Amino acid sequence: MKDCFARPIASAPDAWFDMVERDWNDGEKVIDRTTKRRRCLNLGSYNYLGFGSFDEYCTPRVIESLKKFSASTCSSRVDAGTTSVHVELEECVAKYVGKHSAIVFGMGYATNSFIIPVLIGKGGLIISDSLNHSSIINGARGSGANIRIFQHNKPSHLERILREIAERQTKTHKPWKKIIVIVEGIYSMEGEICKLPEIVSICKKYKAYVYLDEAHSIGAIGNTGRGVCELLGVNTADVDIMMGTFSKSFASCGGYIAGSKELIQYLKHHCPGHLYATSISTPSAQQIISAIRVILGEDGSNRGAQKLARIRENSNYFRSELRNMGFKVLGDVDSPVMPIMLYHPAKIPAFSRECLRENVISKVGDLTGIKYFPAAPKKQEAEKDTIKLV
Amino acid sequence: MMIENNLLIDFSIIKITEKNSKANLLHLHSCGQTISPAPNPLGSVRTLSLHFARSTEQKMDTNLVEMFRAGLNWVTMALDAPSARVVLFGVRIQWHIFVEVLLGFVIVILLSQKSYKPPKRPLTEQEIDELCDEWVPEPLIPPITEDMMHEPPVLESAAGPHTTVNGKDVVNFASANYLGLIGHEKLLESCTSALEKYGVGSCGPRGFYGTIDVHLDCETRISKFLSTPDTILYSYGLSTMFSTIPCFCKKGDIIVADEGVHWGIQNGLQLSRSTIVYFKHNDMDSLRSTLEKIMTKNKRSKNLRRYIVAEAVYQNSGQIAPLDEIVKLKEKYKFRVILDESNSFGVLGRSGRGLAEHHGVPIEKIDVVTAAMGHALATEGGFCTGNARIIDYQRLSSSGYVFSASLPPYLASAAITAIDVIDQNPELLVKMKHNIALLWKGLKDIKGMSLASDPESPIVFLKLEKSSGSTKEDLLLLEKMADRALKEDSLLVVSSKKSFLDKCRLPVGIKLLVSAGHSESDLVKVSESLKRLASELLL
Repeated sequence: MKDCFARPIASAPDAWFDMVERDWNDGEKVIDRTTKRRRCLNLGSYNYLGFGSFDEYCTPRVIESLKKFSASTCSSRVDAGTTSVHVELEECVAKYVGKHSAIVFGMGYATNSFIIPVLIGKGGLIISDSLNHSSIINGARGSGANIRIFQHNKPSHLERILREIAERQTKTHKPWKKIIVIVEGIYSMEGEICKLPEIVSICKKYKAYVYLDEAHSIGAIGNTGRGVCELLGVNTADVDIMMGTFSKSFASCGGYIAGSKELIQYLKHHCPGHLYATSISTPSAQQIISAIRVILGEDGSNRGAQKLARIRENSNYFRSELRNMGFKVLGDVDSPVMPIMLYHPAKIPAFSRECLRENVISKVGDLTGIKYFPAAPKKQEAEKDTIKLV
Repeated sequence: MMIENNLLIDFSIIKITEKNSKANLLHLHSCGQTISPAPNPLGSVRTLSLHFARSTEQKMDTNLVEMFRAGLNWVTMALDAPSARVVLFGVRIQWHIFVEVLLGFVIVILLSQKSYKPPKRPLTEQEIDELCDEWVPEPLIPPITEDMMHEPPVLESAAGPHTTVNGKDVVNFASANYLGLIGHEKLLESCTSALEKYGVGSCGPRGFYGTIDVHLDCETRISKFLSTPDTILYSYGLSTMFSTIPCFCKKGDIIVADEGVHWGIQNGLQLSRSTIVYFKHNDMDSLRSTLEKIMTKNKRSKNLRRYIVAEAVYQNSGQIAPLDEIVKLKEKYKFRVILDESNSFGVLGRSGRGLAEHHGVPIEKIDVVTAAMGHALATEGGFCTGNARIIDYQRLSSSGYVFSASLPPYLASAAITAIDVIDQNPELLVKMKHNIALLWKGLKDIKGMSLASDPESPIVFLKLEKSSGSTKEDLLLLEKMADRALKEDSLLVVSSKKSFLDKCRLPVGIKLLVSAGHSESDLVKVSESLKRLASELLL
């Protein structure tokens, strides 16, 4: 089954790309690359808005910033790694997301791992959704706080757990220092959208802080692409910490945290990712700024609005067509992530190879599924399509 | 009925007096006769009853008195028995000892009884509501203080040896641009062509169509440069170490690490949940004794996996690890070595192949080599190189590789070009080494600070000779020094920064990152400026 994963491509991750064909004698460890290329329809990259290849507005500006600032600053943000582009990027992201300030890191995974230990430590409680991403789990473990899991997307279970604040007080006479509830905008494995209004109202009632990870939802859902808050009508002031990544819709790299002015100032002073890690590459930062401008229509065209409308139409059309064909497709309406259930582990490589024969690329299984295989044979294997702009 | 009552009363009187002496008894007996009947209709009955009572009383009296006398006699006999006069341990046993022993017995029984606990009942909904309302959480962040408002300098051009801050030309000693490759035309050319072909991001993790042929080419190139079997690329420099270490080191393993390792390694060590033992910074004797202690004290150590974690050039102090001695110790005590070569890759060694070449140690002896590419290679990301099996394992279980988007392709192509440039231009290394020597000469006699780094390391570290006692005060002082260097002399230098999560306790100071692109006048300027500022601020 090794040939179904880590397939290299030889062009940009656009709607159609060139996949490198590989020679593999069944059973051997090494897969050799050949020089043959195959043009395939791409349903497997996270290129939601189609910025993942040469773009007429973004790429020239990126190349310009590359020539001016070079590929890297070789320095952390506090030393000599802050350029005017970084400052502009943080202002742009904060405005786009609807918060006062933002801080940007060079890697989305690392953002969660760095920030959570700074915000909460021993004596605190983290309540996270059962299907949260590995970066959140890593960050939560690294913080030293107590962790509780609530059932996926069930606000009632969350409320039950929050009422345990009282129980803890009577038992040990030491109340929790603070409680942070971590949820995601779109869950990448199920394609479901989080029930944010209910969760925010519960957290307000019990005085817990809300941490929203919008890795997949920023730029992909909502009328202007502002994510799950816009889609579900939640006031961004109610969400204390908003996190997101740039590697999906904006086709760049890195992650951000947006919040109040004091929060970001505190993080800039204490977060080890800001103090020790190399700053985000300047051309990547420029790509994000340009992509946000296109989405908001500030480049003078309405390409952004067109892209957003098209991804919504494509997602809904594809989902309904697949359901009509008889496939079992998970995920909510408007969500660009579509898992198609195969249910049988042995069908995964067969499905993947058959798709390839038809020159269609999609993701099969999920890498965490490889770990689940022997442990939980009941886990349903999913074939996941992610829709991009065609 | 009345008679019975009277009798009862009398009995009670008799009971009380039984405890007293016989004299009282006689007294009451006479008292009983003084009860005079009241003149009432029931008078005759009363008299009769009294009379009857008296006579029964007398009879009862006698019986009881006799009973009492018998009891007393018995007790006296028992106490007077020879056994009662036992002398235990030289102390004559008195009768009160028995009472005390009995009392002690009763106390013991009472203490061993279960204490009364009120039955636990679950909280009512109303009580839970009240408690939830009363609870006040800590604020998300503590209040912002003055020192948190400090803003870093904003660059307006590339972070090369010379850069622009606030419209002024500034000499930059704060970028780890050791070989001066920032702004190199060949790198810019390869980046531009990669951007035009692939766009910026790769939009996917390595397992799912995020693997672009440039990544595979980069991995092959690095393996060829270092003569190792295989390499794996990570998308972020700092994530390399905190993904690699938990991948191999699990709960129960033993890791011996230097106390001066940087935060990325500390985070990796914490996530691995292994037992961590620190040894004194760059002190081989301390390492030897630590390894000796682990192997001899704990008999189970022989069955556990054991690792030594060190950096080639320490970011927090500029010292160079003596790799030959570490390898000797590793082979003697059978440990595995994980080495972080971020600041030595492309810098140390005759051709820039790192610490192994510098010390003449074959690279196969180091089990895992990691490096961040954000230093000499002037790009971003990181890699890990070594045995093919180690690298293959990481492709499936290293969290920073599997669960994260891959490195943007233009940065991978920049890395390939940078390595080509290093290979073809050995004079860059010579120039950099020459610059380090010049800077050392210039800073030799600085007052108030001393050079704490290795003479061959590209990180020149000046530590404070006299610390004020509080790390916070020292950091503020150094920050002031760096700010003044920028404002007055247009020099960018690095003052130590510490997050509260950082466990490293090495002395703080000013760091200068020397580049092959610095000219002699730059080096002279920085030496003069630092000497002046040190004499003004520190003495």
